[in-house]
Amino acid sequence: MTLAVSLLVASAVIFAVVDLVPGDPASFMLGTGARPDTLAALRAEMGLNLPWPVRYARWLGGVLTGDLGTSLAYRTPVAGMIVERLQVSLPLALAALALAAAVAFPAGLYAASRGGRAGDAAVMAGTQVGVAIPNFWFAMLLVLVFAVKLRWLPAGGFPGWDQPLAAIRSLALPAVALALPQAAILARVLRSALIETLGQDYVRSARAKGLTRAQALRRHALRNAMIPVLTILGMQFSFLLAGAIIIENVFYLPGLGRLIFQAITQRDLVVVQSSVLVMVAAVILVTFVVDLAYALVDPRLRGAR
Amino acid sequence: MKAGLIAGGALAAVALGAAALSLAWTPFDPTAMSVAARLQPPGAVHWLGTDHLGRDILSMLMAGARTSLGVAVLAVAIGAGAGVPLGLAAAAMRGRWLDDAIMRGNDLIFAFPSLVIAILITAALGPSAANAMVAIGIFNIPVFARVTRAAALPLWTLDYVRAAQVAGKRAPRISAEHILPNIAGTLIVQATIQFSLGILAEAGLSYVGLGAQPPTPSWGRMLAEAQTMVTLAPHVAIVPGIVIVLTVLGLNLLGDGLRDALDPRLKARAA
Repeated sequence: MTLAVSLLVASAVIFAVVDLVPGDPASFMLGTGARPDTLAALRAEMGLNLPWPVRYARWLGGVLTGDLGTSLAYRTPVAGMIVERLQVSLPLALAALALAAAVAFPAGLYAASRGGRAGDAAVMAGTQVGVAIPNFWFAMLLVLVFAVKLRWLPAGGFPGWDQPLAAIRSLALPAVALALPQAAILARVLRSALIETLGQDYVRSARAKGLTRAQALRRHALRNAMIPVLTILGMQFSFLLAGAIIIENVFYLPGLGRLIFQAITQRDLVVVQSSVLVMVAAVILVTFVVDLAYALVDPRLRGAR
Repeated sequence: MKAGLIAGGALAAVALGAAALSLAWTPFDPTAMSVAARLQPPGAVHWLGTDHLGRDILSMLMAGARTSLGVAVLAVAIGAGAGVPLGLAAAAMRGRWLDDAIMRGNDLIFAFPSLVIAILITAALGPSAANAMVAIGIFNIPVFARVTRAAALPLWTLDYVRAAQVAGKRAPRISAEHILPNIAGTLIVQATIQFSLGILAEAGLSYVGLGAQPPTPSWGRMLAEAQTMVTLAPHVAIVPGIVIVLTVLGLNLLGDGLRDALDPRLKARAA
């Protein structure tokens, strides 16, 4: 229920903001030399003369029946465009998240097991730098080293999934660039959650049984530290799906972020509205799934929710 | 951790100092072009080299600091200015409809992909440093509201707040006189964090052309212009990037150090 209300409010906010964007899509499409009567005809055809409540109701009604509208610039259904772009954005976000987790889990576990000592300090220092690096700048450096100097990977573009190997190669650098700051954040959250559980009685009992600090961490503390980690993972997935805009721009990737960015510059407002709504829906859904996952990880929360 | 506080403070002070100094002096005019002197590597005349238009990179960085830090500071001011009162009100009305409405609104803003909405807002209002500031500031509001509410809630059960209630003080006055001073430390730490995030966000927006417009120098725009030059003269991209990293790093260390200094209990579980 709250899910539906959130989405309804979100759709209204998106519509309002998009409606504020100045610039007439019709005159943008026809150029500055368009004749007034042609312009008026196109505006009427696109429904731009209708009052905003009607336009909102039409859009919302379409969305509810699975019709996300038709792109003004390309004259193709927006739903199809979004699906096409997700074939780049979704694998990219998942790859970045997997990479981030692959780095963050060992790093966070190691730092927590060395709590307060040199190894911990080194990991923490590394994550401080990782958090401070703008990912698009990191992306430029990656291109400079791995594409320009070493020529191992392409500097940009996307060949499509019918060439799987080339497609994976072209997503490698963007995924690394996206993963770095996320890995740093995740490692810090994991470390602090682990250290917090270390003070708990059950960890102390495990230590008393003769487990080393590292063993106690892996077998007992890790599972209990998963709640904040899951929360962050959920937030990061949403961020990666939407926040890849800038990275997609650096690497000229035809992802969802770039679709929205281009649609904004072309005043293709139907595309903007619908794709942002899809993104917000994805975020709300992920948050919902993460809430369910809490119960899976921590049986104590099952009754509470 | 004392070392972190000092190092962070020093880095932040250098960035702020450079921004302040640029009002009165920069080694060269940051907008002056010189075809003869373009793409020079760091050297005796141009300490950090020149860009593709022959502009002095050090001077541009100093002037750009004004834009980047200014946008981030004002975005924090917008976020705190609206978020702190909302958080205080939510805590004062805890459990009632106003609290619920404020927190639901917060959740909703969090659900929006901030960068996409920031891009949308700058597109709606026109690309400029001021509008980038508004776009970033809006997303600071729920952060401050949430932190303020979380910090203020437990205080409402304390004796001195109860005493103030019994003495007849009303919620807004108690919030201002008793709650706010006691959560100021937490808010200052959050402000430092949002400040550093704001610098990264401004750099990102300027990088895609939606932040500061030419000829106003900004760190993000310097990186955007450097992208095509990066193979010819890597320093054009590397130098501004390092400056951003050091500034953000400094602010984060400062925030962590302040948190430890203000509340030693948090030290052990510092994230």
